[in-house]
Amino acid sequence: MARDIKTTDKKPAPRADIIGGHTLSMYVVNEPGVLMRICQIFARRAYNIDSVVVSQGRDPAFSRLTLGISGDPAGLHQIILQCNKLVDVIHCSEHTSQQAVVREMALIKVKAEGPETRTELLQIVEHFGGKTVDLTESSMIIRIEGASDKVDAATRLLASYEIIETVRTGKVLMARGEVAT
Amino acid sequence: MEILWGNSAIFIMANENQSTMDGAQALIKTLDELGIEYVFGYSGGAALPIFDALETVESNIKFVLTRHEQGATHMADGYARATGKPAVVLVTSGPGAGNTITGIMTAQMDSVPMIIITGQQVTWMLGLDAFQEADIFGITIPVVKHNFLVRETNELPRIAREAHHIATTGRPGPVLIDVPKNVSQSDFSGDLDSPIDLPGYKPELAYEIDQADVEQAALLINAAKKPVILAGHGAMIAGAEAELMELATRMDSPVTSTLLGKGVFPEDHPLSLGMLGMHGTAYANKAMCECDLIVNIGSRFDDRIIGQADKFGAQAKIVHIDIDPSEINKMIKVDQEVIGDAKAVLKALNPLVEGKSNEEWNEAVNANKKKFPLGYKKQGGLRMQQVLDEIYELTNGDAIVTTDVGQHQMWAAQFYKNRDSWKWISSGGAGTMGFGFPSAIGAQFACPDETVIAVCGDGGFQMTLCEIATAVIHKLPVKILVLNNHYLGMVRQWQELFFDNRESGVDLEGNPDFVKLAESYGCKGINIKRQADVGKKLQEALDYNDGPVLINAECVKTDNVFPMIPAGAALEDMLTEPPKHKMAKPVGST
Repeated sequence: MARDIKTTDKKPAPRADIIGGHTLSMYVVNEPGVLMRICQIFARRAYNIDSVVVSQGRDPAFSRLTLGISGDPAGLHQIILQCNKLVDVIHCSEHTSQQAVVREMALIKVKAEGPETRTELLQIVEHFGGKTVDLTESSMIIRIEGASDKVDAATRLLASYEIIETVRTGKVLMARGEVAT
Repeated sequence: MEILWGNSAIFIMANENQSTMDGAQALIKTLDELGIEYVFGYSGGAALPIFDALETVESNIKFVLTRHEQGATHMADGYARATGKPAVVLVTSGPGAGNTITGIMTAQMDSVPMIIITGQQVTWMLGLDAFQEADIFGITIPVVKHNFLVRETNELPRIAREAHHIATTGRPGPVLIDVPKNVSQSDFSGDLDSPIDLPGYKPELAYEIDQADVEQAALLINAAKKPVILAGHGAMIAGAEAELMELATRMDSPVTSTLLGKGVFPEDHPLSLGMLGMHGTAYANKAMCECDLIVNIGSRFDDRIIGQADKFGAQAKIVHIDIDPSEINKMIKVDQEVIGDAKAVLKALNPLVEGKSNEEWNEAVNANKKKFPLGYKKQGGLRMQQVLDEIYELTNGDAIVTTDVGQHQMWAAQFYKNRDSWKWISSGGAGTMGFGFPSAIGAQFACPDETVIAVCGDGGFQMTLCEIATAVIHKLPVKILVLNNHYLGMVRQWQELFFDNRESGVDLEGNPDFVKLAESYGCKGINIKRQADVGKKLQEALDYNDGPVLINAECVKTDNVFPMIPAGAALEDMLTEPPKHKMAKPVGST
């Protein structure tokens, strides 16, 4: 069955020299311009910021940043030190998935016309522990949360239907156990 | 409506309540309390309230009007490099602020403390392309240690204190404060002594030295038979001269210094190798190639000194002492790092270092000193090296020397041997032409009783020569030494060596008569044309102290600086004389 699939999540194949999958957590002063200072460090060294999540910390004077980064792992350590050098950065560190819980959420809007398609879609949603958060005669918005590879897998499966658009939050991270993030 | 109300409210308050202090006055009071001695600057609309406060607030601050904002930054830079203390640069918004970028970048690259205050449009016009508005906060983020855009009048004293603290502690650097006009003009009702609040900035950690790292470093040092100490600007900023001398004596190790480290270890000491790197001494570079240990104290392993990174120190263990953790393993993978203030680290390290004698190694090093001495041809016309050599002799090596960038800079570094810290002022990291003369003015303000010599090329001098007026007005006895070859000599040298001598964009035809130019400003001018006159004319300039004096030395046009390590080449590939065959284009940076 040929479908005219419009999708916003077709990522270009990763470049051979880029190794992705780094997740950095930062605790910073909650002031205008802090994000500019941090982004310039990554841009200058040709690291791509895949995702960035910023929100106010428990103390509103500070913000929590989680950055998903692609780039050469060899230089990343030095960049973390450069970020730590910024006056507005309280701390910056990299966490591997073994040391931290990493989660993200995606909203996926899919065309859903007719009971057959709708049932199939609901099965997929159930399998991934997702939820439908909007349902019309012709479409539904599906919410999937979890580790990035789970969100990827759900998006892949749903792509065989007609995805109208997707929105991903980007990764958020918290260190496991009693260790502070 | 709101805008009109805002303006008129300020207007009424200023008129009815003369006795209250405005933000600008609070700012100047704070700078005075912080011990700021000089403000170098250039006025303009958005900075009017701050300029007015310079008149209305009683303080010890002296204001110097420059002729260009870039000059103001280099003067503050020269002042800081002669004293270790920051000066303030005060300019207006837009183009005034934009003209400071080169000077801020120069200070940032060389870890020089500086506080730059820029006027700014009123807060409600920010981002609306108001007259003379520039987002100087955004523009300067990559070239400052930190910057502020002040939005509340009552925050001014605290932010000024924070800026001073950030600029002068840890690894120093420039800090910019952007002050919108309504913020400086509004009534101040806050606390002049409100304490600094910088939770992400902990320079005090530089004094908590990891003892285990120190012990490991001492093991490497004690095991070495052919050590070299590499002393950088960080050792000078930390004031570690005595500790460095003690370490060198205990280790019986030769000491080489970076361009910015010149003077932290006396260059006339038997253990000194002078400067290393691209145009450093042959014996320093050879020692780096032959040693079994490099102890780097406060240098960031700049690409000008390491050449080809994977070959640098490949035969040696490397110990790196630096206050900035992000410098460790940045250019060179090291065997042992010790993070902290150089003086604090050496104080911890020295007691663990065994005293010894390295006769064999030092003999080998000294043999290279005899084999490859610095020199120059006495025939064939007046050479820059001769002028520098003679002024070194005449001033007994005691003058404060500033430089521009290029051939004259490298020859000055080679021939003007520094015995003390804070007397060699040169733009290293940024390589900023036009730096030499204004920085000499700043240094002369800082040290009125010292002889200050600005060693300039004819290219660099023309970039900031308008500051002759500043020097004349203040009767500063700066010696402006223009080493004039009518060329951008260093670039021409590269074109000769690597581009088949195709000259492109290097001929400075149209140079003015520098002596007449100086005289038109009311500055004394002296020409040197003959080799035999150098000593006499330089002495005449040194004896003249009623104001600045410009010495225009007409030098050989096409001389080349040696030794030379082509950019990106290994230290062992150093040229000590002109190559006999065509060279490949260098692969390294610039």
